[in-house]
Amino acid sequence: MNILKVPGKNTKHKVLIYALSTCVWCKMTKQYLRDNQIEYEYVDVDLASEGDKQKIRETITAKGGTLSYPTTIIDDKTVVTGFRKDLLKKELEL
Amino acid sequence: MTITIDQVRKRAEADAKTYGLYLIPDPDLLQAFLEGLKTNEERYGYPSCPCRLASGVFELDRDIFCPCDYRDPDVAEYGSCYCRLYVNKDIYEGKKELPLVPERRPMNKQGRAYDAATMPKPQPTTAPATGKEEKEEFIQIGKKLWYCKQCGYVVFREDPPYVCPICKAKREFFAEIRTKAEFTG
Repeated sequence: MNILKVPGKNTKHKVLIYALSTCVWCKMTKQYLRDNQIEYEYVDVDLASEGDKQKIRETITAKGGTLSYPTTIIDDKTVVTGFRKDLLKKELEL
Repeated sequence: MTITIDQVRKRAEADAKTYGLYLIPDPDLLQAFLEGLKTNEERYGYPSCPCRLASGVFELDRDIFCPCDYRDPDVAEYGSCYCRLYVNKDIYEGKKELPLVPERRPMNKQGRAYDAATMPKPQPTTAPATGKEEKEEFIQIGKKLWYCKQCGYVVFREDPPYVCPICKAKREFFAEIRTKAEFTG
């Protein structure tokens, strides 16, 4: 799976975003993390292989997420669906 | 297929005007939406919703062609569509904030974007192949004829619309037209 890493000074939490390359709120989420210098990884699901899409669906639903984008997974357990500045701020302790 | 941002913008503006809606007032967000729609139209051949994962198969994505099937009920309930590209007057004028809109698209339809590659593609049983058919023609999703009991509008699709595009009657006003074909001779 093509997981891309965006370096940042703040590495306190492990952050993985499942995004769509065409999605405005996915872009906003990435921008918000960059603005706060949070290190994160992301996958643009629409550009993933068919096999990877299946795995992504299983991963998101197994963690209790819905198939809406962006889905941000923090420390492999907390799922934030959509661009939710309030929740990201709380979970990332900003 | 190439399409310009200006064409995408004009189409969205015209559609908003027709239905008494507005486009998201923030110019940067609006531009990003239009670019997402342009990318999808060039990628798939139709303007699939930029906020949802598309299957790339025309018939399976029909309900999420922008403006999607869910826009009007979402605007009625929340003030904007799922993406928040289309908003009502209060949001456009800044009297209300952009809402959080939950996904209304049924799970079985969402799943198609992940399953399209493995869905069975039965061979056509009608006319012999001409070589022009595309793969989506062979994916069967059970379309039916529906009519609006209020105005008579007829549509051939998987589910009845949430709102009649002609008279604005709700989905409950739609009924299936059951047809019976007989062949003799």
